[in-house]
Amino acid sequence: MANNAMTSHDGAHDAHDDHEHHDANGLKVFGFWLYLLSDCILFSMLFAAYVVLSQAYAGGPTGAEIFELDFVLVETALLLASSFTYGLAMLGMNRGDSSAVIKWLMITFVCGAGFIAMEIYEFHHLIVNDMGPDRSAFLSAFFALVGTHGLHVTVGLIWMALLIIQVKQKGLTEAHRGRLMMLSLFWHFLDVIWICVFTVVYLTGVML
Amino acid sequence: MSHSNDHHNDSHGSVKQYVIGLILSIILTIIPFGMVMLMDDPGVGVIWAIFGFAIAQVFVQLYFFLHLDGSKEQSWNVQALLFTLVIVGIVVGGSLWIMVELNQNMMPI
Repeated sequence: MANNAMTSHDGAHDAHDDHEHHDANGLKVFGFWLYLLSDCILFSMLFAAYVVLSQAYAGGPTGAEIFELDFVLVETALLLASSFTYGLAMLGMNRGDSSAVIKWLMITFVCGAGFIAMEIYEFHHLIVNDMGPDRSAFLSAFFALVGTHGLHVTVGLIWMALLIIQVKQKGLTEAHRGRLMMLSLFWHFLDVIWICVFTVVYLTGVML
Repeated sequence: MSHSNDHHNDSHGSVKQYVIGLILSIILTIIPFGMVMLMDDPGVGVIWAIFGFAIAQVFVQLYFFLHLDGSKEQSWNVQALLFTLVIVGIVVGGSLWIMVELNQNMMPI
């Protein structure tokens, strides 16, 4: 994170011409980081609700009956790979190589879209088999938590598609660099949340 | 001081950093999945272990992907994160404490 804005400037004398822009981006990125942390609190509430309700099956299916770990492992691999390729896009941005940025963003997009496709398949499979969010408190909490994460990833994908188009048309302007940095935080953050999801929901779920 | 130039490179990491982060994340994902999928009868110890691996992987990704460290540039970001972790601890820990106590003490006889 280029959070120059919040720190003292020992290097103010050898600052570049675009130092002002860097400061503006640094503040924006810091503000976006604070938003992500508030999002983290939102997720923590969903996690707390899920853990409290995680055995309220109401005669419905248990976690061990509906979770398939090999499926979740593939989802995890896709999201982790996309987090890594986004990092490579950021390195391309630092070199000023807009074609590398576009290439890695597209690969990231494909991995993220694969993740969302698998999640939609899982949700659809559960709902048509009468295991939707209305079946039990456990399933309500499960759909709320995993669905909120999926919704975030979907928003991230839309944002990424728009950024790919913008970078393609206008190159790596200062404004686009700031947006790429913010999406990078967002994307890595969602991978961190997913670590908690697969541990708390899926791995723990099949053992209970 | 060539502070600002160094900072510019450091703050976004390097290929090496991302590769190390990826490899550590893969290892810290495979082990808990393997423990749960391959063990016949995983006990409570396994739950503690997979939570340990998850926390380790969160820190790996915060350091290698989000580039949070003890440096001066990251100080505000880390402080905000620590404050958030306190809130998260109160929300999650407090909720579970209250609900478990309620469950134990208000069961219909």
